[in-house]
Amino acid sequence: MSLSATKFVHPITTPPSTRSSDKPLFSTFFGSNHTKLRFNKPIVAAQRRSSSAASTSSPVVAVSDVVKEKKLKSTSNLLITKEEGLVLYEDMILGRFFEDMCAQMYYRGKMFGFVHLYNGQEAVSTGFIKFLKKEDYVVSTYRDHVHALSKGVPAREVMSELFGKATGCCRGQGGSMHMFSKQYNLLGGFAFIGEGIPVATGAAFSSKYRREVLKEPGADEVTLAFFGDGTCNNGQFYECLNMAALWKLPIVFVVENNLWAIGMSHLRATSDPQIWKKGPAFGMPGIHVDGMDVLKVREVAKEAIERARRGEGPTLVECETYRFRGHSLADPDELRDPAEKAHYAGRDPITALKKYLFDNKLASEQELKAIDKKIEELLDDAVEFADESPLPPRSQLLENVFADPKGFGIGPDGKYRCEDPKFTQGTAHV
Amino acid sequence: MATLFQGLPSSTAFSSSNKFNHAPAPTSFSGTWNNERKSSIVTVRSDARWSPVLNSATHKPQRLITNAVATKADSSLASTSSKPGHELLLFEALREGLEEEMERDPCVCVMGEDVGHYGGSYKVTKGLATKFGDLRVLDTPIAENSFTGMGIGAAMTGLRPIIEGMNMGFLLLAFNQISNNCGMLHYTSGGQFKIPAVIRGPGGVGRQLGAEHSQRLESYFQSIPGIQMVACSTPYNAKGLMKAAIRSENPVILFEHVLLYNLKDRIPDEEYVLSLEEAEMVRPGEHVTILTYSRMRYHVMQAAKTLVNKGYDPEVIDIRSLKPFDLHTIGKSVKKTHRVLIVEECMRTGGIGASLTAAITENFNDDLDAPIVCLSSQDVPTPYAGTLEEWTVVQPAQIVTAVEQLCQ
Repeated sequence: MSLSATKFVHPITTPPSTRSSDKPLFSTFFGSNHTKLRFNKPIVAAQRRSSSAASTSSPVVAVSDVVKEKKLKSTSNLLITKEEGLVLYEDMILGRFFEDMCAQMYYRGKMFGFVHLYNGQEAVSTGFIKFLKKEDYVVSTYRDHVHALSKGVPAREVMSELFGKATGCCRGQGGSMHMFSKQYNLLGGFAFIGEGIPVATGAAFSSKYRREVLKEPGADEVTLAFFGDGTCNNGQFYECLNMAALWKLPIVFVVENNLWAIGMSHLRATSDPQIWKKGPAFGMPGIHVDGMDVLKVREVAKEAIERARRGEGPTLVECETYRFRGHSLADPDELRDPAEKAHYAGRDPITALKKYLFDNKLASEQELKAIDKKIEELLDDAVEFADESPLPPRSQLLENVFADPKGFGIGPDGKYRCEDPKFTQGTAHV
Repeated sequence: MATLFQGLPSSTAFSSSNKFNHAPAPTSFSGTWNNERKSSIVTVRSDARWSPVLNSATHKPQRLITNAVATKADSSLASTSSKPGHELLLFEALREGLEEEMERDPCVCVMGEDVGHYGGSYKVTKGLATKFGDLRVLDTPIAENSFTGMGIGAAMTGLRPIIEGMNMGFLLLAFNQISNNCGMLHYTSGGQFKIPAVIRGPGGVGRQLGAEHSQRLESYFQSIPGIQMVACSTPYNAKGLMKAAIRSENPVILFEHVLLYNLKDRIPDEEYVLSLEEAEMVRPGEHVTILTYSRMRYHVMQAAKTLVNKGYDPEVIDIRSLKPFDLHTIGKSVKKTHRVLIVEECMRTGGIGASLTAAITENFNDDLDAPIVCLSSQDVPTPYAGTLEEWTVVQPAQIVTAVEQLCQ
């Protein structure tokens, strides 16, 4: 590894014929053809992106075997039915249009702070979350709007939350980075990377506890933890991989590897950039999948989620994906190579799904346009709703600090301070 | 290695002052804030409002514990069968409270390092894993941040975990989870998720354990919004606070002290739960209010003996609730004595005493005849050498001197 005057050469995965060192490394993706992933092939070290799945020591059934079975059983050659296809399309369009609307609203001064948009990564959210039941848990990071929408949180509530209104899913108290929904089992929304992973592990533990200690018959809820490539260098990630594998918790760790942690390229931050390899090190399967293709993500998701549901333990899934926008709306996004962006724009998951639907005569142009229109109307309604919603009143300030407001203590007059009327008005000084 | 202190001579006899049986008292606040699980057991308050026998005007002890610890002499003289309750050590009291709550509610579980097969590094969870199973008393790998976060995730999804830090100091590694998630998630989720977790462990200065095992984390955690902190000091309040913390819907941090685990005392056979927000009147008096908690309570009581012999009459209050402060009990005392001495083991800078001084000055400044004196540990990493260690914490002689100066 030679050190040029100003820049590092990227490490050993560089093939000899690689381009110059100052550009982030990517090669033509040798991705699997879209019906199966390659399995048990040795990793071609030259390629930054290989599509090899879990190592041979993993006990899990290879995805390709599952797909082969499926191909034998199903009457058609296709991976999805028409209904499924339209559901996937609608979900991805909802995610895309919503994020575009967020950007618009932000620049119009309707929302503030740090807003992290998900454009380009929709295949991961849709591919995984559409396999979940309502009782299953999803834990996300600050890039959580689309996870919330895929899980079922109404667009109105998410938009209101972003506007900081009292009708938001968290009453305006969370904001862009803290989306929670008890009804849809979305456990957040976390601003510090990695801090949601233990929470997800806890939810999976809860599920196992209910099954084995409380002996509840239907307790097979699966938890999905979504996080990025930057998080995979964080201690909490490894600690949770260990615990999840140790206790065979029903959790799937989904890495949305979009190559960039704000301005830090994944390759500059990670000694071994192949994240999926870290799964087998802890005794769980590690799978790499093309995260720009919703159908491939779905295949892997199905197997991983069902594996967890059966009680066989966790899976680590690395989704190669890309964010079309900057890290957040405050990020000028000057570091990334335009050629790289163009490459991934050409692999837009929505375009890819559209093509699949058309090519396989699953949907017509009109049907898809109808869906587009429906979503646009939904979003206009969401914005209108959010606009017209009231801001949180002062009385909301001190609510929800404690589940049991006795926690504010006893005041000098002997009464619990939460009984003081100023508390409900929000004017008491705590 | 516990030190037993002689109980103070008091005007009321031992048996009458330790009234453990109370008529069930109605709660004083409206039904909105009752806990979901209603129980018929007593929530003990130090306030004498409902009991006709107790009369504040004559300074009779209201919820008085004259003996912080039953002495060896006492227990050998009296036969155990004639007294109510049963005797045990503080760590056994904690275990009893824990066990009772685990039996009562199957969602209560324990997680921490060596809590299961090993029985807990201070034996608080001894025998529980055999009884309740490996999943309910979970031996975790050494990953404080992650298993604390795991406990929080479990609490959000319906369980009631008790997270043990083998030593409170190790919870510094879990600060991310305790501050961001434990304290804040209820609020940032708009009230959707509650975190009924208990975080507990031994802390404080022990016997030459070295700087890192002798930390007082109460000062670091006190600013976190959304959590409650309590410190136990006797077997009686240890069991009561443990039960209250487990039943609370809020996240509670229960501070135990390494040197107090072997304290022996007699506690009631009946079930009882103490209030998390109340302070405990240890010894009523006239001349000066001494506020303390955890191990310093015993240094204070030892100093009180000397002070009584010198003719002073200190009022000693164990504040128990470190966050929030029980300003009612404290206020009543300040209004009576007009002099305040705070004795704590926390560091001088930014400790519990510092906050308490500010709170009292803010609320009761007019009632003070003298500035508040706060005796805390030196701002020094606790040295290993025994002599140096002794000089970092407050000793009874210093307390006596401080009271004498205050009462001039």
